[in-house]
Amino acid sequence: MAVKALSTRVTPRARPPRVSGGLLVGYLLIALGALFCLAPFYLMLVYATHSAAEIYSVPTPVGLGSALGENLAHLLEVVPFGRNLWNSLYIALLSTAATLFFCSLAGFAFAMYEFRFRELLFSGVLATLLIPGFLNLVPFYLMMNAFGWLNKPLALWLPGAASAFGIFLMRQYIGSTLPSALLEAARIDGCTEFGLYWKIALPLSKPALGALGLVSFVGAWNNFQGALIVMQDKNTATVQLALGNLKGAYNTDWGALFAGSALAVIPLLVLFAVFSKQLIEGLTAGSVKG
Amino acid sequence: MTHATLRPARRAESSSTRARRLAPYLFISPFFVFFAVFALFPTLFSFYLSFQKWRQTSGLGEMKFSGLENYRFTLFGDPWFWKALGNTLILGVYGLLIQPLALILAFAILMGLKRFRALVTALYFLPYITSTVAVALIFTVVYSKNTGLLNALLITLHSLPLVGGLFPNGGVDWLGDPNTVKPAIALVVLWRYLGWNVLLHLSRMQAIPQDLYDAAKLDGASTGQQFRFITLPQLMPMLFLTVSLTIIGQMQLFDEPYILVGGEGGRAQAGLTVATYLYTTAFKFGDAGTAAAMGWILFAGILALSTLNNKVFGAQGRARGE
Repeated sequence: MAVKALSTRVTPRARPPRVSGGLLVGYLLIALGALFCLAPFYLMLVYATHSAAEIYSVPTPVGLGSALGENLAHLLEVVPFGRNLWNSLYIALLSTAATLFFCSLAGFAFAMYEFRFRELLFSGVLATLLIPGFLNLVPFYLMMNAFGWLNKPLALWLPGAASAFGIFLMRQYIGSTLPSALLEAARIDGCTEFGLYWKIALPLSKPALGALGLVSFVGAWNNFQGALIVMQDKNTATVQLALGNLKGAYNTDWGALFAGSALAVIPLLVLFAVFSKQLIEGLTAGSVKG
Repeated sequence: MTHATLRPARRAESSSTRARRLAPYLFISPFFVFFAVFALFPTLFSFYLSFQKWRQTSGLGEMKFSGLENYRFTLFGDPWFWKALGNTLILGVYGLLIQPLALILAFAILMGLKRFRALVTALYFLPYITSTVAVALIFTVVYSKNTGLLNALLITLHSLPLVGGLFPNGGVDWLGDPNTVKPAIALVVLWRYLGWNVLLHLSRMQAIPQDLYDAAKLDGASTGQQFRFITLPQLMPMLFLTVSLTIIGQMQLFDEPYILVGGEGGRAQAGLTVATYLYTTAFKFGDAGTAAAMGWILFAGILALSTLNNKVFGAQGRARGE
């Protein structure tokens, strides 16, 4: 307190103009950065409401147009975009549900039980993060082919269902919030081990489950490379793949493409608007606390 | 501890004690099963594959052992691989530029914003959760040679007095000209990850005790000096992390270059990365063995760079007792 009082007395007299000048530069930088981050979203809406010819004309459009309806209609003509949206939603939801279940179950075990090789096994879980996905690109495709999973949503949501990151996150949270006395009391009352997880740990971990769920949903929704490898039919394609393929197609209708992009991005923006705090916490948890 | 005390009584163990002993293994087993099937097995198989001559169009029985041929071909017989590797490294260097930018922005937010801090960081964070495909499509239009917004901006800047000469008068074929395609890709990557890095640095900065700044102000330290002598040293562990993430991410860069210039890297392969080339080799050229060898070479490269990063930033972080 004394230090603070002293410093407020000293600094303003010592260098008032320099501080505000620095702040001004700071605000300018922050504003420029924000403009840079937000402009593409605005442009996406601009392009989604203009025809392809307008998008590629001089001067380039910078205000909203009126062709959104036509663009959407044309999009639905060239690709089964409703199906693609449903595929993405289905895969993202199942992926989220599976991730939440397997990660919280394992995180619960690592947090609340004493067992032989616990730390070694946990290190093993974290070590799996070191294997980069590109190493098994081809074998993964061959496996999916051998399992008959090509063009099946299963191929996109099941393999990544138990993520090391998720287990880490859930272990941290459950370990620091769930009192073991609570589990002991429930055991005395005759609760099964799975019951301890299902009836006690799970309901008490909602904040962490929310964060992990959002992270998994966003990751699954945006997964492009995975879909590129296993989905070869335009009816089983996800939104991202449908857009990617449409761009590569001869005679791309850019207006339709941006109408589709907007549909692919808007659900995420809504999700973010509602849950930005939990989402940011979930995404940064591993890096900041680890 | 627990099992040591339980062990002598094992024969008399009740069913509930046994359940308690076995439950954790059961609960963690799905992870290991998934990992073994969907990651470990394919990884080992890819190692095996990297020593085989095999085209995906022929059956698995057609696989022939070819020793180090795939590695030899990739490293000494394939100019595209070296191009892709060079491009990836250049993109990686551009990628590192994100760190000073993110540091400055995080520091500006820390110093200048209190009430709107959460809102502003959320806005900065938005690109990170956006689909790379949608973003790459937007930038494709922004970059277009004759009608793109970027060239339109440059024409405006060019018409300014005095500084106008610094800017080209539009007409840059950002994605078509081999000289500009890498900065163009790098800008999209920067856009996506800037906010994420700002957020990581900011979260670390917020954990630095205010006393340190107060004491420095008392000694007459300027804002710049506070950044240099308080913030930056405390951030070394976080820099180690963000640089690691940048290296790992950049070396595997796929979505952005693939959407912007395609699987063969555009004109003169100037936008080809190792990851897009690996994909193209495997799925377009059908040469699975060479693609697998390429993957292992890339993996070795990432390990080498990570070790280097560990030497530069990791050691400093540890020296400060983090």
